[in-house]
Amino acid sequence: MSLRIYAIAYLIFLYAPIVLLPLFAFNDGTIIAFPLSGFTTKWFTALTDTKALHNAVQNSLFIAALTSVLSTILGVCAARAGAMYNFPLKRGIIGLVMLPLVLPEIIVAVSLLVVVVQMLHMSLSNWTVIAAHVLICTPFSIAILNGAFQNLDPSMEEAAMDLGESRWSAFRLVTLPLVMPGIISSLLIAFTISLDEFIIAFFLTGANPTMPVYIWGLLRFPGSLPIVMALGTILVGLSIILLTIAEILRRRGMARAGVKDKGSFL
Amino acid sequence: MTALISLTGVNKYYGDYHALRDINLTINEGEFFSLLGPSGCGKTTLLRTIAGFEGVSEGVVVIGGKDMQGVPANMRPTNMVFQSYAIFPHLTVAENVAFGLRKKKDMDKAAKDLAVDEALTMVGLKGFGDRQAHALSGGQRQRVALARALILKPKVLLLDEPLSALDKKMREQMQVELMRLQRHVGITFILVTHDQEEALVMSDRIAVMFEGEIGQLADPETLYRRPNGRRVAEFIGKMNFLKANVTNVGDTIDVNVDGLGPCTIAAEQAPSGINLGEAAVGIRPETLAILFDGQTTDRETIAGTVDEVVYYGDMTYYDVRIDGVAETLNIAMKNLIGRPVLDVGAQTTVVWDARSLVLLP
Repeated sequence: MSLRIYAIAYLIFLYAPIVLLPLFAFNDGTIIAFPLSGFTTKWFTALTDTKALHNAVQNSLFIAALTSVLSTILGVCAARAGAMYNFPLKRGIIGLVMLPLVLPEIIVAVSLLVVVVQMLHMSLSNWTVIAAHVLICTPFSIAILNGAFQNLDPSMEEAAMDLGESRWSAFRLVTLPLVMPGIISSLLIAFTISLDEFIIAFFLTGANPTMPVYIWGLLRFPGSLPIVMALGTILVGLSIILLTIAEILRRRGMARAGVKDKGSFL
Repeated sequence: MTALISLTGVNKYYGDYHALRDINLTINEGEFFSLLGPSGCGKTTLLRTIAGFEGVSEGVVVIGGKDMQGVPANMRPTNMVFQSYAIFPHLTVAENVAFGLRKKKDMDKAAKDLAVDEALTMVGLKGFGDRQAHALSGGQRQRVALARALILKPKVLLLDEPLSALDKKMREQMQVELMRLQRHVGITFILVTHDQEEALVMSDRIAVMFEGEIGQLADPETLYRRPNGRRVAEFIGKMNFLKANVTNVGDTIDVNVDGLGPCTIAAEQAPSGINLGEAAVGIRPETLAILFDGQTTDRETIAGTVDEVVYYGDMTYYDVRIDGVAETLNIAMKNLIGRPVLDVGAQTTVVWDARSLVLLP
């Protein structure tokens, strides 16, 4: 019984703040406080009228799309190497690649800023954000894809080659379809991480802010808080949809490969 | 018989590890050939060098008259059945079997479908084409793997421990089926196995490997009756070893065997180039016998005491102690009608015959 109370309290603690988002997004009043003062969709209308926001969203979508593709490609290479081959210092190398997963983002952000500006003398742009996001998303991609590749029998590619296919077409015809669910969930998760990443984007963004950076800028104006709430509501909805798709695909992939589900990364 | 595969002076190193040591081997067309040995002996590595998954460090691999140096697996006239079967789980049975036909541009769809049907019929899976591959049982996967490899009509079919994942009944059934299949298609099969019984049952010839080298290469009967050394004798079947002293080497060989006494054996019962002095003789348990009450024999006999009795149903294995020998003799007796199972401690007479001895260096 007490365990049940604990579980419920835990869920409230986790999700209550998120429930507040839509609550105030539809609230007719600029002050974020109870009691609610009536239903409105004007904050959502205001969203569609803000030109600067559209730019920020566009930037973020571009960055997130490219980041997810690049980190997934790197993730496929690393996970395949880790699952199929043995090489010297394998554990150490994999460990180093996974390190950004636990490094404080602020440290990564500051050191990248130093590297980009002071050492490479590059100007900050969407590309610097993409590079940094690939760095932090790749470990997630590897973690997801590891699951897919670990379940793969290394003889599969050899069998395809034995039946006349080249190394590349063996990978394309056999390995790729079998790890495809992992690839899609890696794409979606990297996309989500990049989309709402703030600290690194804040340091490395150029003249065009990303969406989270833009939201942070809005917070200085108390009047625009409900707009932020409206935007936040949309983002939460989108994230939930993306992650659900990722998980469904992962499970379907497990079933297709005929392996037992050993719990999920998510 | 024509040679199909020949390996000359093949060596393989992984760093400092010497995985294959100077392998010289010829495998004939239409032969059922087995590579037998304990795990880690290099038999799978050798198979993979023939398949083209591993290069050789030194030496030459020739298949069908062509040097295979630099020829990748997909260009070799070999196909393989993997230990895990490596059935593609995202494809149907028919798609799996047809996988190798993708590169056959001269075949149209109807011809390919026909070939798939034939291959599935051959392995007893007629009508299974539309099944999903991951829903198959172990034995069915194995058949799909066979059909998938044989549809390409390779010169050589390589089998890497294909029966090890099956239970005993299924394994015995598949042994017979594999032999029948090999006779039917008439191509060379090379089987890798650690199961000596499997190798003896199925093979025309067997190469027994230890630590990267071939210990003995012979047909099953020679391998069993005339092992060329203690390693082979110990690995294949059960064998009693007795210390012996070679006293004369001529047309026949005189040996003084511990516990059994002096006897004369034929030259073919000893490895060539045997020297005078200390050696060992091996005796298979089933070539010894216990003389039960009322039986007589014109063979050699010696008194012994039953030390251990292991009852198998169809057979009883006795460990019998005889004077002057430290180790007991293992004797296999069929449980024929009216034949008692002796108790531990029973006094017995052991019957032996010099013709069943094999002299080991």
